[in-house]
Amino acid sequence: MAHVALADKEQELAHPKTWIGMYVWSQDHKIIGIQYIITATAVGVVALILSGLMRLQLGFPGVFDFIQPDEYYQAVTMHGMIMIVFMLTAFFLGGFGNVLVPLMCGARDMAFPYMNMLSYWVYLLSVIVVCASFFVPEGPTGAGWTLYPPQAITEGTAGADWGIICMTVSLGLFVVAFTMGGLNYVTTAFQARTRGMTLMRMPLSVWGIIMATILGLLAFPALLVSVIMMTLDKTLDTSFFMPAISSLGENLSHEGGSPILFQHLFWFFGHPEVYIVALPAFGIVSDLISTHARKNIFGYRMMVWAIVAIGGLSFVVWAHHMYVSGMNPYFGFFFATTTLIIAVPTAIKVYNWVLTLWRGNIHLTVPMLFAIGFIFTFIHGGITGLFLGNVVVDVPLSDTYFVVGHFHMVMGVSPFLVVFGGIYHWFPLLTGRMLNDAMGKIHFWLTFLGTYAIYLPMHYIGILGVPRRYYANGTTEFLPDSVQAANLSITIAALIVAAAQFLFLINIFWSLFKGRKSPRNPWRATTIEWQTPDYPPKHGNWGKELPVVHRWAYSYSVPGAKEDFIPQNEPPSQYTRGEGDV
Amino acid sequence: MTATLIVLALIMGGVVFWLIFQTINVQPWAEEGPIGQHHAGGAYSIPAAKIGLVVFLCVAASLFSLFVSAYFQRMDLSDWRPLAEPDILWFNTALLILGSVFFQRARNAVVKNKIEGVRANLLVAGLLTFAFIAGQLWAWQGLQEQGYFLSTNPANSFFYVLTAIHALHMLGGLWVWSTTVFKLQNQIEVYKVRMSVELCTIYWHFLLLVWLGLFALLLST
Repeated sequence: MAHVALADKEQELAHPKTWIGMYVWSQDHKIIGIQYIITATAVGVVALILSGLMRLQLGFPGVFDFIQPDEYYQAVTMHGMIMIVFMLTAFFLGGFGNVLVPLMCGARDMAFPYMNMLSYWVYLLSVIVVCASFFVPEGPTGAGWTLYPPQAITEGTAGADWGIICMTVSLGLFVVAFTMGGLNYVTTAFQARTRGMTLMRMPLSVWGIIMATILGLLAFPALLVSVIMMTLDKTLDTSFFMPAISSLGENLSHEGGSPILFQHLFWFFGHPEVYIVALPAFGIVSDLISTHARKNIFGYRMMVWAIVAIGGLSFVVWAHHMYVSGMNPYFGFFFATTTLIIAVPTAIKVYNWVLTLWRGNIHLTVPMLFAIGFIFTFIHGGITGLFLGNVVVDVPLSDTYFVVGHFHMVMGVSPFLVVFGGIYHWFPLLTGRMLNDAMGKIHFWLTFLGTYAIYLPMHYIGILGVPRRYYANGTTEFLPDSVQAANLSITIAALIVAAAQFLFLINIFWSLFKGRKSPRNPWRATTIEWQTPDYPPKHGNWGKELPVVHRWAYSYSVPGAKEDFIPQNEPPSQYTRGEGDV
Repeated sequence: MTATLIVLALIMGGVVFWLIFQTINVQPWAEEGPIGQHHAGGAYSIPAAKIGLVVFLCVAASLFSLFVSAYFQRMDLSDWRPLAEPDILWFNTALLILGSVFFQRARNAVVKNKIEGVRANLLVAGLLTFAFIAGQLWAWQGLQEQGYFLSTNPANSFFYVLTAIHALHMLGGLWVWSTTVFKLQNQIEVYKVRMSVELCTIYWHFLLLVWLGLFALLLST
């Protein structure tokens, strides 16, 4: 054990000597971040394969015998839950949060490294439990990712015995893991910032991650409450959510429970969850755009306050997911209004990204391509969200593919583009090597255009009235034959996009060993994660002395400066020209 | 969800209020130099562990408020039959109040560097908490004997769940308490346990408040 400072304070950091101590039971935030990233990617690949199964059935109905209705619904459920909770949330907050928050704040590690390590291992346990449900009798739950009771825990639904128990237990574990991690991210950003790193000098990536963490810390308890109660309904015959009901001709012992209560609790978590995924993406994309356009972010203070406003408002819009469950019209009006209001700070962010690009020195690097791609997909997903926020539009569209297209654009494709952009951007920091540029560009174009080929037609068939969640449409009079043609085309596009993701994984593995050696600070960024004495940074990050921050994170193309960027920790005298030089 | 919204509004209101003072009139693009000279021992003078605890208490407040919201929504349905709370809950409440008082005394002693005072008060506070949990189990036992089982009625279900979740939080606190007591038995210097004692005291006061709120809810419905 050696004494090094966390921020300015003396604190012991664990410096293990063994390989297992350094890379397995590690307390180093960077290693923990990489562990999160690897696990989330692995489970994300599982979810990707499940989406392929769904598309095979929809594109070629009845052709593949191994996809029967139960398997289809299991694939739908597991794809949704894994992607949203175990992949995106874990990747953004556990992965990027761990890697970036201490480095960008100028800290040596997280505030509580041991708890941070525990957070990852409990997260891994939750992933193991959710994946174990593939191997229990009757397989995983097929209740849909929202797990609505009574369906989720009643016989007749796939996985209504062990599958749903695995799901609720894994979600409970995930909440525990997230809470341990989240306490770290917030406390580190609040307390362990280095000298000069005031709140308003923090990069927007940190702002996005921290606000999303605060949302998660306050919203995930709603998921915990709902899964605790549902587990009790399932195992001990309580009636929190279960009404009087017959199953397979038998009256069950439940009575009087409220399925709507579950929906309130679930969506009280579920809507902030959208922003738990979106806010880190907003922050990261702001930094990518500013760095690769060589221009300061437009309206920094507005960007910060937009993140805060979106975070606050995200707690008062949950019932717009429940318009079709029936509610007092005044409530519908209230939630439609709050939903439309949240578009205001969101639009501010979009305008500011575009205005940052305006007359910038745009470098079309791979991270920048993904960042610009995000602006497109997010605008499209966001605008269809405005449609669905209105009760009268939502009611006819709610159970159609329009909604599938909308939420995949806004919280599937958009955050994933930022995940990719972030990986291409920070891969050199963690490995010392660059990712292959050509493979990166092929990956981008296939993903970007491919996702449009998938999700734009879904909006169209949704307006035609194609219901979502159906295993097969059968012969339905109001649906023209072109619907099946569209489904086939969507499936082909989906398979191509899925294949492109494997190209990305190949790029990662290839570049890890054979990639071009990265120069220090290859993107010529201002933020201090690129200014560590060792490159890639070692445990403790900053050597003997913590950095001192002298300016904000967006000093690009400053008139009079020697270069087109000034690192945050560069003392003023080192970059300005003397008066005689002017 | 009104109860939850009130709790979250208070938390988010606090965050926003604090942020306004941090960000108003700040023009980060125009300022240079290592500002933030108050930066000694971290960005703020509050220890990281205390900030971590406060953040955790916000999470716990959210959790309990959600249970309370669910309670209010569920009790509006026709099958709800209010539960007659066992009298022993009054006694348990008194134990928990005393536990908090002794934690406060331990905290005062640790500030004054009086190791004997810390040791004695801490021990009594922990034992009172164990007694509280035993009392809660006793209350469960009494209800079971009268036929008020977990699944008999939603009011019973909520009673068992709320008391169990609260007791689990207490057990988590007792784990930290036990490590602190263990350290004190090893003749450690007082300043080394000061933080643990202070954090435990805050945590116990919080859980006392939560219990008083839950108890009032159970009694009034």
